[in-house]
Amino acid sequence: MSDYAATGIAILSTVLVVAPLVAIFIYLIYKGASSLNLAFFTQIPKPPGESGGGMANAIFGSGVLLLIGSVLGVPIGIAGGIFLAEFGRGSRIANAVRFTADVLNGVPSIVMGIAVYSLIVLPQKHFSALSGGVALGIMMIPTITRTTEEMLLMVPNSIREAALGLGLPNWRSVLSITLRTASPGVITGCMLAFARVAGETAPLLFTAFGNQFWSANLNQPIAALPLQIFVYAISPYDEWHRLAWAGALVLIVLIVVSVALVRYVTSRGVLKGAS
Amino acid sequence: MAGPPGISPPTEFAGESSGGPSKPNPEASLIRKFLQSRGSSAMTDRAFGGLMLVCALVVFGIVALILFELIMRSRLSIAKFGLSFFFKQAWDPVSGDFGALPFIYGTVVSSFLGLLIAVPLAIGVAVFLTEMSPRFLRGPLAFLTELLAAIPSVVYGLWGVFVLVPLLRERVDPVLAKLLGWTGLFSGPSYGIGMLAAGVILAIMILPVISSLTREVMSSVPHSQREAVLALGATRWEMIRMGVLRNARIGIVGAIILGLGRALGETMAVTMVIGNRPEIAKSLFAPGYSMASVIANEFSEASDDLYLSALVEIGLALFIVTIIVNALARILVWAVTRGATARAV
Repeated sequence: MSDYAATGIAILSTVLVVAPLVAIFIYLIYKGASSLNLAFFTQIPKPPGESGGGMANAIFGSGVLLLIGSVLGVPIGIAGGIFLAEFGRGSRIANAVRFTADVLNGVPSIVMGIAVYSLIVLPQKHFSALSGGVALGIMMIPTITRTTEEMLLMVPNSIREAALGLGLPNWRSVLSITLRTASPGVITGCMLAFARVAGETAPLLFTAFGNQFWSANLNQPIAALPLQIFVYAISPYDEWHRLAWAGALVLIVLIVVSVALVRYVTSRGVLKGAS
Repeated sequence: MAGPPGISPPTEFAGESSGGPSKPNPEASLIRKFLQSRGSSAMTDRAFGGLMLVCALVVFGIVALILFELIMRSRLSIAKFGLSFFFKQAWDPVSGDFGALPFIYGTVVSSFLGLLIAVPLAIGVAVFLTEMSPRFLRGPLAFLTELLAAIPSVVYGLWGVFVLVPLLRERVDPVLAKLLGWTGLFSGPSYGIGMLAAGVILAIMILPVISSLTREVMSSVPHSQREAVLALGATRWEMIRMGVLRNARIGIVGAIILGLGRALGETMAVTMVIGNRPEIAKSLFAPGYSMASVIANEFSEASDDLYLSALVEIGLALFIVTIIVNALARILVWAVTRGATARAV
């Protein structure tokens, strides 16, 4: 009897969990798709009250910020992962790095925003695209370090030994054999980190700050898609609410596509083929 | 014979010591160690290892940097208010009197409300997915709950403002007021936005975190435990309760604490639905404020140094609390997922 009850409760809770997800997606598609048009991708925001306008500058700004973030975060993250998997295995310092990276993953993004604000924005005395990109880059590092390590650990040792046996120096073996073998996994890890920071708003509030106009100057405030969605969502204008939904749909499609891609690649077991 | 660059031989041979959910690493063979340590490229190898080490140490640098910057910028407020900052209700930028109590209250209440809703559901989902679900449903459902984790906070906020808040105001709140109004927790006018909305949106957001970790912990319970309980004549639920949940409980607590860490620091979605009013009210319908939201809303408008440093001090408190909460959670989860190997040693 209690067996049936427990099964029922477990099924019920699964339904309750899936329901909001379905609701969010239906709303996004319903509200977002009806307000998506070409202008959304080609025009900059219009002043309140005027209809039309788009988020072209915000999409571009997000691209710039993510580019800066990736340039900073990806190399350092991957190198950290290489250290954990290839040089520091089992050592105390590697364990400390691993633990700190995991803990850093849970630090609220707004705190990163304050730190970067105080590090870059205050001394420069103005908001800038650069500071926003740095904030995103810092957030990418711990995620990429951990996924890179996990992927490298899956590479069988025989491959490393074969490379060394052919007379390659260790650094060559790490870079062109081990990392190369694990590269599909490492790339998907980077894309996961990328997808995660692509939706971040809080660290950009007082670093990139947002901008209603086109800007490609790294020393000026720059628009970002999540930031624009936030500003529009809490505004009192219906037209802006419409654009916020459209922006959220674009953002979600970007993120879901990359997450699905990651899942597809990892489930196909690219790495297993190597062993 | 010198060890390979960057590794001291004894630890290498110790195999896995403590550490993350890494796979047990096969011991490096002597031939490999010889090849690694030989020849003219030993210098380059050492330099390369050093460079990788420096990059790995960046994570410590980040923590130190955040801590340093936050303490530097909040000195003014720490010096002026001391510990009383965390026990005062006043938040008055005009007269320069700041206390963080309403924000701490809002953060704590909304987070616990979120946990209260999310924990039973998350465990239910984890039980269903690991123990009951037909195989063909397992993959898609796990994927769906992971998708919940990938949705950005601001999109949850958008959905909260335009869907959840009206739903609460028109459908849920009147019913709660009628049924549970006598407790005082569900009384007063309902605007939709407020503590309850924040709690619900937090619950939706931390659910995937808790349920995916719980699933991981539950599937690390050895099958022999399940079989032993079943062999004693237990039903499936008794098997889950005694064979699985009891063995996984420390890890589940870790997962819950990790979810708490997420909830404490959640910014955008909460800011959009909590109401942003620095007051302490008993009713969950009333608007409140949270630590992360006050920073998000007021930081770029903070006009004078004391105001700014008070906000940074809130950020510092948030940072320290989340670091402690996350560290605790990681230790608990690790204790279980590598428990099998630890016990064998």
